[in-house]
Amino acid sequence: MSQAIARKEAPLQQVPDHPLEDLIRSDRIPHIWCPGCGIGTAFAATLAAMKASGQDLSSTCMVSGIGCSGRAAGYVKLDSFHTTHGRAIPFATGLKLGNPRLNVVVFSGDGDLFAIGGNHFIHAARRNIPLTVICLNNLNYGMTGGQVAATTPYLARTTTTPAGNTEAPFNLPLLAWAAGASFVARWTILHIRELTDCIQKAMLKNGFAFIEVLGPCPINYGRRNKEKPLQTLKLYQEQTIIRNQADPSDLEIDFSKKVVLGEFVDKERSTCIENYDKTCRLL
Amino acid sequence: MMEYWRTPFDAQTIQVSQGIVHIIEDRCKGCGYCIEFCPKHILAFSPRFNKKGYHPPEVLQPDGCVNCHYCEIICPEFAIYSVEVPTAPGG
Repeated sequence: MSQAIARKEAPLQQVPDHPLEDLIRSDRIPHIWCPGCGIGTAFAATLAAMKASGQDLSSTCMVSGIGCSGRAAGYVKLDSFHTTHGRAIPFATGLKLGNPRLNVVVFSGDGDLFAIGGNHFIHAARRNIPLTVICLNNLNYGMTGGQVAATTPYLARTTTTPAGNTEAPFNLPLLAWAAGASFVARWTILHIRELTDCIQKAMLKNGFAFIEVLGPCPINYGRRNKEKPLQTLKLYQEQTIIRNQADPSDLEIDFSKKVVLGEFVDKERSTCIENYDKTCRLL
Repeated sequence: MMEYWRTPFDAQTIQVSQGIVHIIEDRCKGCGYCIEFCPKHILAFSPRFNKKGYHPPEVLQPDGCVNCHYCEIICPEFAIYSVEVPTAPGG
């Protein structure tokens, strides 16, 4: 009897933990994201990049807004902030201005960052506040039932556009570039190694860094557009092209043509904090 | 063995790493990404159910894993990862 127990327990002790186990709140896993949802992968890539960047994780924090992606702040075992709808960037700005030594990562969705929080995004990019903003773009409002969003492609079907979306979507990297972001990139959840390296680079960047991550929403977007999660990933594999430093106005998301991925902007510009110190903190 | 369309000149000197795949079955939601995108195609859905009623993956050929970690990084659930098998020096 005791031998049987010993035999059962011995291999259990030898199994090493998941490499990101120390950064996730394992008691809350499995998380709420649906089977095949891209948020989990993008979240794991963010954690891996945080670890690989070599920055002090005790002074790193994650801020997210409302929506499926907004739940990320609750799963990370760092100081984190689940804020009001659309206001992830204002809360993050406050954190950064209050304590400039913090590394602040904003992880949120396209609805939160660009629909209700669109104004905050452009002004944070204009001020060049040193934040890393990761936007998981799943092309609709997933949590509320799949309504049309500011990023839904032309003619895509959603709950509120059953005949197809008649509006043109936002081109997020173009918006970030025009507003003055110092680092702009776009990847999908299939290009994880590039994405992880890119997040790591963005975290070490002194300035406003924006990364758009395309991820499937199989339950609310995929189901109405006849895309199974694996078909969406096949689209990411076949209908994307990597072109670094591409012209931001060529970055429309239209999977009938090629969707451009890559790092589009990486420039130096004085940050909001540097300018403030130069002007107002005359020591 | 690896299949090459052209055998690299240094193929004899390169040591291919080997890995062991660990699966936390009760975290799996059965999306199948690891199975579809494993470059060595060594994973498959197991006929078993986990606690939530999904079919977790299982390793068909444990010797085939080259420890590339792709299943680990594409998994949205933190449910699969690979660990390198230490190889004897010069072996």
